[in-house]
Amino acid sequence: MRISTIVYELKQGFKNIVRNWMFSLASIVTMAACIFIFGIFYSIVTNVNHMVKGVEGDVSMTVFFEKDVGDAVMDDVGRRIQERPEVSEIKFVSAEEAWEGFQEQYFGDSKEAAEGFQDDNPLANSASYEVYVNQIEKQSDLVSYIESLEGVREVRHSESAVRTLGTFNRLIATISIAIIAILLVVAVFLISNTISTGITIRREEIGIMKLIGATDLFVRTPFLMEGIILGLIGAAIPLGMLFVMYNQVIAYTLEKFQVLDGILQFVPVGDIFRTLLPVGLILGMGIGFFGSLFTTRKHLKV
Amino acid sequence: MIDLVDVSKTYSKGQPAVKNANLHIDKGEFVFIVGNSGSGKSTLIKMLMKELDASSGTVMVDGINLRNMRRRQVAKYRRKLGVVFQDFRLLKDRNVYENVAFAQRVIGKPTRVIRKRVPEMLTLVGLAEKYKSRPKELSGGEQQRVALARALVNRPDILLADEPTGNLDPQNASEIMRLLEEINDRGTTVVVVTHNKEIVNAMKKRVVAMRKGVIISDEREGEYHYED
Repeated sequence: MRISTIVYELKQGFKNIVRNWMFSLASIVTMAACIFIFGIFYSIVTNVNHMVKGVEGDVSMTVFFEKDVGDAVMDDVGRRIQERPEVSEIKFVSAEEAWEGFQEQYFGDSKEAAEGFQDDNPLANSASYEVYVNQIEKQSDLVSYIESLEGVREVRHSESAVRTLGTFNRLIATISIAIIAILLVVAVFLISNTISTGITIRREEIGIMKLIGATDLFVRTPFLMEGIILGLIGAAIPLGMLFVMYNQVIAYTLEKFQVLDGILQFVPVGDIFRTLLPVGLILGMGIGFFGSLFTTRKHLKV
Repeated sequence: MIDLVDVSKTYSKGQPAVKNANLHIDKGEFVFIVGNSGSGKSTLIKMLMKELDASSGTVMVDGINLRNMRRRQVAKYRRKLGVVFQDFRLLKDRNVYENVAFAQRVIGKPTRVIRKRVPEMLTLVGLAEKYKSRPKELSGGEQQRVALARALVNRPDILLADEPTGNLDPQNASEIMRLLEEINDRGTTVVVVTHNKEIVNAMKKRVVAMRKGVIISDEREGEYHYED
């Protein structure tokens, strides 16, 4: 296709939008709502993921051994745990280190109180591994695995924290997918309706075009352009709004919930938009393109 | 140029609109297809435009069998044709220049060609000065001349005109026929479907007459003398 033809087709696409402005506006608003909600959920999911990752770094489990287990067994257990892909870090805490840590924590400056235990470590059988995971949802599997290893007495971990975070993350993702799917269908439907109205308005012109020798592609292109333009406008508006709102919402949240200041680690707006901007625009364009493609295929068999 | 062999066309219900038509038209000929309404003449020309497919028989145009033609080849085929209709079929929201240029845009001609070719065509049909007018500002005759310019701008091999004078007064009708004759003199094959007896009889061209879907006569320098 020549550049002059493409320019002509693009102009026709814009003309269609203006001629059919009420439907076009309805399409843009729906598309904007769709992309806006997509953007909000994307931001929430990304931030929750980010926070979960932060918490995951802090979530650890402690592996204790049976009484009188030798160093060889402990080393073997340590090696097996380290081989697991979900383990990010493993740290051995000897009985002496455990006792020292206990003294620090409970006796603080008055260490003399613990002097009575000097030659008799009460935590003699408390050598342990501190294990850190990189995927919180795999913690349960890892616990079962470690408990099955020979010489392991107990694995202490915080089940509820893991469950809550994992479930929350999945819940948000599921809800967002469901809402986005519904909105996508509505947006495609509205774009399709807009295009089909445009086709009805221009039916005579299309008939003439076909009789003069226009190819299907030539007849379809302005409608495809129209769909893409509607999609792009419908995506650009909410993305712009989200960009402006994002930092304000974070500032507001931190101000209102100062207690959570240390826990709420937000992703910077730049990082969010590095993905959200192209995905949002492509999504808008895609909905517009496919919405009009289906409609033109259905209605332009002249 | 055009060959119809045993061509019939039956719509989903009822009698055939065209029955066993056989017709040969040479390159550069001027042919009237005449008959009253319901005679099948419009169905015949629509088959030549590939707007309708024959139910049986062979329709060959410039060596192409229209019945075997694939959908995507139709556009290419139609570029060989210029078409003119009784109701002009101009785009009402565009001016004279844009209406003619539209035919070139549709087949992807570059703008520089369009700028040269459109004024030439408007001069040919005598509307060069009205290039900015909208169709509603023109008389019926002028609108048909715009349609003619649009049909000719892509230099078609064949011009198919379906009742081109149907909506015109005798003076404008004669003017359009004079233009069609001029176009024919330049080498374009012209096929005109009409029931305008005066014009057919005045022009002394080949006349193919149809009645109830059947070709009943085919005369060189013929006349339109059949009545139902």
